[in-house]
Amino acid sequence: MGGMRTIADFVVKELIQLWRDPKILSVLFIAPIVQIIVLGYAATTDIRKVELVVCDLDRSAASRELIDAFTASTYFDQVAAVPTQHDLDPWLDSGRARVAVTIPSGFAADREAGRTGRIQVLADGSDAMVGTLGLAYAQGVLRIAAEEAGARAPIELRPKVLYNPDLVSRYFMVPAVLALLIMIMAMMLASMALVREIELGTMEQLLVTPLTPSAVITGKLVPYAMVGVVEFLTGLQVVLFWFEVPLRGSFVVLALMTALFMICSLGLGLLVSTVSRTQQQAMMISTFVFLMPQIYLSGFVFPIQNMPRLFQLVTYAIPLRYFVTALRGIFLKGVGLDILWPQALAMLGLAVIIFTVARLRYRRTLG
Amino acid sequence: MIRRILAVTVKELLQLKRDWRTAIALLGMPLVLLMIYGYALSFDVTDIQLGVVDLSRTSASRRVVEAFLESGYFIRAATLDEVRPTDALFASEAIQAALVIPADFASDAAALRPTSLLFVLDGSDSQTANSILGYARQIVAGTTSEVLDIELGPPLEAAPLVWYNPDLKSSIFLVPGLLAFILMVSSVLATALAVVREKERGTMESLRATPIRAIELLLGKTLPYLLVGSVSAAGALFLAWALFEVPVRGSIFWLAVVTLLFLAGGLGWGIFISTLAESQQVAFQLGLLSSMLPTLLLSGFIFPISSMPRALQIISTIVPARYFITALRAIVLKGVGPDMWWQQAAALTIFGVLVLLAATVRMVRSL
Repeated sequence: MGGMRTIADFVVKELIQLWRDPKILSVLFIAPIVQIIVLGYAATTDIRKVELVVCDLDRSAASRELIDAFTASTYFDQVAAVPTQHDLDPWLDSGRARVAVTIPSGFAADREAGRTGRIQVLADGSDAMVGTLGLAYAQGVLRIAAEEAGARAPIELRPKVLYNPDLVSRYFMVPAVLALLIMIMAMMLASMALVREIELGTMEQLLVTPLTPSAVITGKLVPYAMVGVVEFLTGLQVVLFWFEVPLRGSFVVLALMTALFMICSLGLGLLVSTVSRTQQQAMMISTFVFLMPQIYLSGFVFPIQNMPRLFQLVTYAIPLRYFVTALRGIFLKGVGLDILWPQALAMLGLAVIIFTVARLRYRRTLG
Repeated sequence: MIRRILAVTVKELLQLKRDWRTAIALLGMPLVLLMIYGYALSFDVTDIQLGVVDLSRTSASRRVVEAFLESGYFIRAATLDEVRPTDALFASEAIQAALVIPADFASDAAALRPTSLLFVLDGSDSQTANSILGYARQIVAGTTSEVLDIELGPPLEAAPLVWYNPDLKSSIFLVPGLLAFILMVSSVLATALAVVREKERGTMESLRATPIRAIELLLGKTLPYLLVGSVSAAGALFLAWALFEVPVRGSIFWLAVVTLLFLAGGLGWGIFISTLAESQQVAFQLGLLSSMLPTLLLSGFIFPISSMPRALQIISTIVPARYFITALRAIVLKGVGPDMWWQQAAALTIFGVLVLLAATVRMVRSL
């Protein structure tokens, strides 16, 4: 078919153009690898080493033993010991400590008399996540200390964690960071590539060639799709071999889901380009209108079930939401299309809607 | 000199006035985003879908199940007669946790023999899993004496106390972080294209022909956005106080000083990128990747810095948002004075001066 040939030629021309700009190549390939390595390490919600300051007013063997239990656990990092409760304030005020433990005088006496030994745990609520976990860790340390002292809870909760027994957040976060990078690349660069032609006035020249508008668009998008595939494959090596994230499901399903997601992202890029006249506008719109909601409302960091009902409804329109669920399913649970077909279908449906809307807008702006 | 700076400032402002899409994005978007995400995001897990496998079927076991449901955290999503089918429910995410009560639970409990409940949970979102496990432990500890019908004082007990944010409300701690994130991204993007646009459009040549000096051009291009940024930052801070009841306990004056320092750093970074890149596409990609992801992941906004590997903790020292968030939480939530956060303010100042210097050096070369 002649049409296919011209599109293919156009794609080759675009690829050559991309190849000539050494900076864009390093931005496209090296930056994502560096980012995924750095951010993969950063994106951990496993809170360890909560900074702890202790105030031992009892100064007994029992109180020292309890403080040892705190410092010996991997959860706390004792940064200071202060003589009075008043001295705790500056440590918490400056944020150098997040949790303060006070052992009141009389603690050892209570323990010896068989009464409950009470201590005070003070947490910094300005970082609610660390504060909450700090309190929970303190309870855990106390429970273990009590068990070691011979008291066993009569009813015990035996937890069994599926899919990720050690609760390593990296196993989920690293693939999600890869998804983010693919999205940024596909959506942003595609939109800017299209808008640049409009801004520089070369779009008109392209349209007076025998190429149809859809051929021009395809020719502009395909190179970025190809770059995206390469980026996905290299990023996946980092995920699997550097971070050693287990891939329990099938690679084929993963590739299929990624392709669907990439098509959605490219479509969004196209949509952005139809509503912007300058690259600056394209950048602002894609960042604020499309990118940020995807990051925050996709369940990547903030669980969707915690959101108000209205926002939960909004998340259904977000491609990354489905991709995040799919990633979690494929990497950690090892499930296949029999479970993930609704996600695949949803992304396919969104892709169709996005391209239809973009197509309608294009006809109006260029036709 | 001042006249020439002002001339560029006025020209940029005029340009911004004509480009209403960008102007709205810069002025209004921070407010809208803060409003949306402030409402939508939360780490407080509720409505946990619980599968119940009660093999004991006694009043004691029913009491435990009731305690889970009455806690307000759990919703009964499935009731099963055996453990095996829970696997499929977990795979399809129909349930997030399963409570298994063994057949001899009631007889053991009645005889005061130690007994245990099995609690299975989905670990693929490790953070949610941690919260769920914490809730379950609390509930079981709370029902023990009721189920066993004995008065039972725990050997060790912690009296928890939370400062600055007593209810550990997510919004109060998230809003300062969101503010930093939104301001950083919008300020970097505001100036990232400022210089490179002139290069791409060829108007750099005409600028070269004018008597303007590098530093004057840079300041002229930065000042209008500092103005726009301050207005939107003030609006966002007002919203945080009015809508999310984020208390402003410290001084408004210091809040303004720290915010201005942070904005100047972000704008300076943007303009530095702009002098580096040859095309708007590259500038944008660099600007976004260097502002958005580090601010999201390396600033302590969501992921605590103290839990990161040492190397990343060192890298995080060049992320300005890290200092801004700490200072913001100190001023807004803790209400403490400069003696507690002067280091953060100093770091922000150093960052701002360094990037502006670097940008000037680059600019001198290209003029």
